[in-house]
Amino acid sequence: MSVGILTLIVLALAVVGFFVGRSRAMSSVGGDARKLHSLPGYYGQTVSLFTAVPAFALMALWLFVQPMVIDARIVGQLGPQIAEDATASKLAMEDVSRIASGLDALQAARGMTNEEMRDMRADFSDIRGRLAEVGVALGSEVNPQIFEMAKDYRIMQARGAMMMSVLVLAAAAAGFVVALRRIHGEFRARNVSETFVRWLLIASAGVAILTTIGIVMSLMSETIRFFGMYPIADFFLGFTWNPQFRGGSDLGLIPLLWGTLYISFVSMVVAVPIGIFAAIYTAEYAPPKVRAVVKPVIELIAGIPTVVFGLFALVTVGPFLRDYIAMPLGLGNSGSSVMTAGLVIGVLNIPFISSLTDDIINAVPQSMRDGSYGLGATKSETIRKVVLPAALPGIVGAILLAASRAIGETMIVTMGAGAAAKLGLNPFEAMTTITVKIVSQLTGDIAFDAPETLVAFALGMTLFVITLCLNIFALWIVRKYREQYE
Amino acid sequence: MTDISPTSADAPKPKAHGSLLEATPLMKRRNAAEKRFHAYGIAAIVVALLTLTVMLFTIIRDGHSAFYQATMTFPVTIDAAVVDKTGSGDVAEMSKVTTIGYARILGESLVKYLADEGLVVEGMTDKEITDMISKDAPARLRDRVLADPSLVGQTVTVDAFTGGRVDGYFKGRVTREIAERDSNVTVTQLDMADLMEEAGVLRSKFNWSFITAPDASDLRPEAAGLGVALLGTLYMMLLTFIFTLPIGVAASIYLEEFAPKNRLTDLIEVNISNLAAVPSIVYGILGLAIFINFAGLPSSAPLVGALVLTLMTLPTIIIATRAAIRAVPPSIRDAALGVGASKMQTVVHHVLPLAAPGILTGTILGLASAAGETGPLLLIGMVAFVTNYPASPLDGGFLDPASALPVQVYSWASRSDPAFIERSSGAIIVLLIFLFFMNALAIVLRRRFERRW
Amino acid sequence: MNDMRIVERDVDITENKITARGVQVYYGTNHALKDVDVDILDKTVTAFIGPSGCGKSTFLRCLNRMNDTVASARVEGKILLEGEDIYDPKVDPVQLRAKVGMVFQKPNPFPKSIYDNVAYGPKIHGLTRNKAELDEIVEKSLRRAAIWNEVKDRLDASGTGLSGGQQQRLCIARAVATNPEVLLMDEPCSALDPIATAQVEELIDELRAEYSVVIVTHSMQQAARVSQKTAFFHLGHLVEYGETGQIFTNPQDPRTESYITGRIG
Ligand SMILES: Nc1ncnc2c1ncn2[C@@H]1O[C@H](COP(=O)(O)OP(=O)(O)OP(=O)(O)O)[C@@H](O)[C@H]1O
Ligand SMILES: [Mg+2]
Repeated sequence: MSVGILTLIVLALAVVGFFVGRSRAMSSVGGDARKLHSLPGYYGQTVSLFTAVPAFALMALWLFVQPMVIDARIVGQLGPQIAEDATASKLAMEDVSRIASGLDALQAARGMTNEEMRDMRADFSDIRGRLAEVGVALGSEVNPQIFEMAKDYRIMQARGAMMMSVLVLAAAAAGFVVALRRIHGEFRARNVSETFVRWLLIASAGVAILTTIGIVMSLMSETIRFFGMYPIADFFLGFTWNPQFRGGSDLGLIPLLWGTLYISFVSMVVAVPIGIFAAIYTAEYAPPKVRAVVKPVIELIAGIPTVVFGLFALVTVGPFLRDYIAMPLGLGNSGSSVMTAGLVIGVLNIPFISSLTDDIINAVPQSMRDGSYGLGATKSETIRKVVLPAALPGIVGAILLAASRAIGETMIVTMGAGAAAKLGLNPFEAMTTITVKIVSQLTGDIAFDAPETLVAFALGMTLFVITLCLNIFALWIVRKYREQYE
Repeated sequence: MTDISPTSADAPKPKAHGSLLEATPLMKRRNAAEKRFHAYGIAAIVVALLTLTVMLFTIIRDGHSAFYQATMTFPVTIDAAVVDKTGSGDVAEMSKVTTIGYARILGESLVKYLADEGLVVEGMTDKEITDMISKDAPARLRDRVLADPSLVGQTVTVDAFTGGRVDGYFKGRVTREIAERDSNVTVTQLDMADLMEEAGVLRSKFNWSFITAPDASDLRPEAAGLGVALLGTLYMMLLTFIFTLPIGVAASIYLEEFAPKNRLTDLIEVNISNLAAVPSIVYGILGLAIFINFAGLPSSAPLVGALVLTLMTLPTIIIATRAAIRAVPPSIRDAALGVGASKMQTVVHHVLPLAAPGILTGTILGLASAAGETGPLLLIGMVAFVTNYPASPLDGGFLDPASALPVQVYSWASRSDPAFIERSSGAIIVLLIFLFFMNALAIVLRRRFERRW
Repeated sequence: MNDMRIVERDVDITENKITARGVQVYYGTNHALKDVDVDILDKTVTAFIGPSGCGKSTFLRCLNRMNDTVASARVEGKILLEGEDIYDPKVDPVQLRAKVGMVFQKPNPFPKSIYDNVAYGPKIHGLTRNKAELDEIVEKSLRRAAIWNEVKDRLDASGTGLSGGQQQRLCIARAVATNPEVLLMDEPCSALDPIATAQVEELIDELRAEYSVVIVTHSMQQAARVSQKTAFFHLGHLVEYGETGQIFTNPQDPRTESYITGRIG
């Protein structure tokens, strides 16, 4: 039974539960709803909740745990040597699961029975050929041990799925019956179902905390493993970034950090003045009609995916800077550069800064402006000397948030900054950033026991800590600022 | 200026300001500064809008041609001796013939057809003619024949793409000078392409397969399509919507209406605003470590992508939803509580319906920004080269490998053949249209609901 | 009434500071001020009284063109400052406001230091050549606003940190520092306690020596105490204008009388 069908069955049961619960409540008081403690619908709702929620929770848990249990069992069969070697056991597991899915396809294509499948033997039948027919290409002949394991794997999966279906349905049925039996006229259905719902609400709010814990845990555990393989001082203080396939890599953070900060700096040089002036214009100068058009159009920039900016950097901005500025000035011939990525991230951040600043400027009370005009100040004097200073904390907060975005920006630097880790000052040279290296170390074939892969987690941790500090500081400033005028 | 300043406390009545009708020199300077300041504001707006325009312009300029493809139309005789050697008409037997056989049929038919039509270029070899056909065409012909074995032995009209270079020639990407240096195309082939176009054999046609076909390898840019990526994005959006809406609404209701003012609530609040500002790539690392590595879910799967996007967008959606709930006037809650409704009833019957337009708008806008997210999806393997469509959701399609629109943009942009830049820009156009419709939906929904309340 | 006209005509020739003729103000379609004629004398305190919403603030804001900052407002008619039409296209409202200063109903100090609040006007109008002169103006203005003793030790503290009454006096000092010829005050004491009010009233009386002061107030006693001339507004009309003593003891218009005796407003 597939997960989809199981879900539908449980949902159907919950719907049935609603009507049965309601009618049972009604009949318990002889059809006179006034004698019930709660409205009839609450009795139905209670039954629905008791039917569906535990069943779905069980299903989610099962789906999460089952693969881990099966993998552990299969790896156990491989014998202690392989089981202890993470890479080898991972490779073996991949083979097993690929053959298993091939067998699934084969069974579906040929309409074979389970008995026939069980009798299939790697050393007799041409498994590789047969699997190739159903579109599963294998690199080498099938090792009989692996093949048997694949068969076991399928059986365990089938059993697991079976058990899950049975247990989930049992849980749903049990919830159904238990809830239904408690129903009588005096039953405080509203309170029970409201308490139930309240716990669901709390659990949902808890997702935010779980996410943070998940982020910290996943970054921490692998980072600690990384520092077990690679000296922590060499990472934080290393001036060379040079990962090698065969080990002996130099994984120094400093060139990446430098590239990240340099590019962010360029982007802020673009975004801060343009963003603030754009906000000043829309908030203070633009006639209402112009404002109504210009503001949403600028905010449109914020809705464009970053990969689009990345392509713009790669195809347009990079070559333009190279051909018209860098080459004539003899500053290099690279299309990807600090300048390319910095300019484009700057443009991306303009709407971010301008819309936050616009809000902040609008929050400055009109009486403040009146005071200034009343003394004979011009508009620009009022803005420069009264409005902006009053809004300064908020604007600083917005700028810090934008800086944090620039530091964490991934696609534009991946496509526009380059891949060479360098410590240089020439902004027309390609440099690379923390995020670029996270992407490059974690895509493609990755081995989770090599420092070259795990370093990505240490980089992620660094990025997380830097941006977190910026964000907390910025949010604190913004909050303080809000309180000032509330 | 001296006459302006008051000299002492007992100065005579200050008649210092002069006539209103003429500006003092200082006033002139101040007004000039005013004009400059105003001009800076306009300049900032112009720069921002200009950049936006240039960006959209270059993307449309580069990408619109992806929707058109140089296509040759010619008759092909499906030679039974090649595709059905046993003559049994049995599909299983016929499927043993690979695309190589079909390529030969196509090539021979084209050579013969061109000769019959009198389209000849001096010194052009048959191989050069055959090479003009896209490597993708044989596979399509094979699928067509296997779907309808009665075609064997007949002559059918085939629409076949030309190779990417010939197509690029018509789109202005490939010139004769380039062709001289390029080993994948010859000047003779371009001459022939011109001839064929004049004769109407070769035309530029709307390329549906760009939208529907799966990705294709580096050597066949002309065949690469967005089908798998579109499906992947659609699956992810569906799942993300299913996950975020209930969780987001529930969390917001709790925080706005029920949460006691205590440390835990504060912690959750601070948490949410910080999570909203965590770089998206960190969520990719989270997805890789937890969902793929720890929980063993398959990589490249829409389900994993959706989980990552859910965690990523939830904070934003919660913030928007809470604002919508807060916007419902307290008097309405008081009114409901005043007639004896429970807190929960008040929220469900009164607050939520009133906040619904805001909540929906916020959720859809959150989804729209998730739809364009690329970085985290790279880490969970959605950048893999996938040529099979994922199955339907009921058949476990959420776990099949798929791609996503923005990821497809990136992976095409990183290929070397410039034809893929066209594809990449074309994919952006599709992506932007997709986002446009999501935003429009948000606006329409809001209007609808707003009128009712 | 007749005597008054004569007095007015005299003044017209000699000491008229502001002359308003046929002033109409519209906020969008709302006709807020209808055909107001008034002459404001130099070195005199003029009080505007009338029920809420009758257009006192509106008229006050016409006198230094603060209504320009309200997008929907439209002003018609003539207002002359020493014979020059302040609505002449050639007039820069900024220059006008340097001559006609304003103190608002709600104290609105800038979120800057006390010193910078007061120095703001002199700085933008270039009234000083050096820091010493600026210091002098600041001190003089703070003294005139009767707040010097309270703040002289903390001129670097933020102006927003003062009490409401202190803030209002700071705003007065700020307006005085610009050295205006006319000072407009829109209910300057509404946020103040009786002691601070008394201080401000004393200040107004002193200011009369050099300036023309126009004050909007809801307090009849205050109008009687500080002003020499009083104008009564009702529903956008200027109903009656004359010597303060006369308005309060012997009003000519029945509406004025009923307002003063507390029957309308
Ligand atoms: N900015 C504005 N936009 C639209 N209408 C306004 C505006 N300011 C004032 N009005 C209208 O103009 C009329 C006069 O308002 P004004 O503020 O001059 O009254 P007021 O006499 O000062 O009253 P109060 O004693 O309450 O301050 C009122 O009807 C008011 O609604
Ligand atoms: Mg008023």
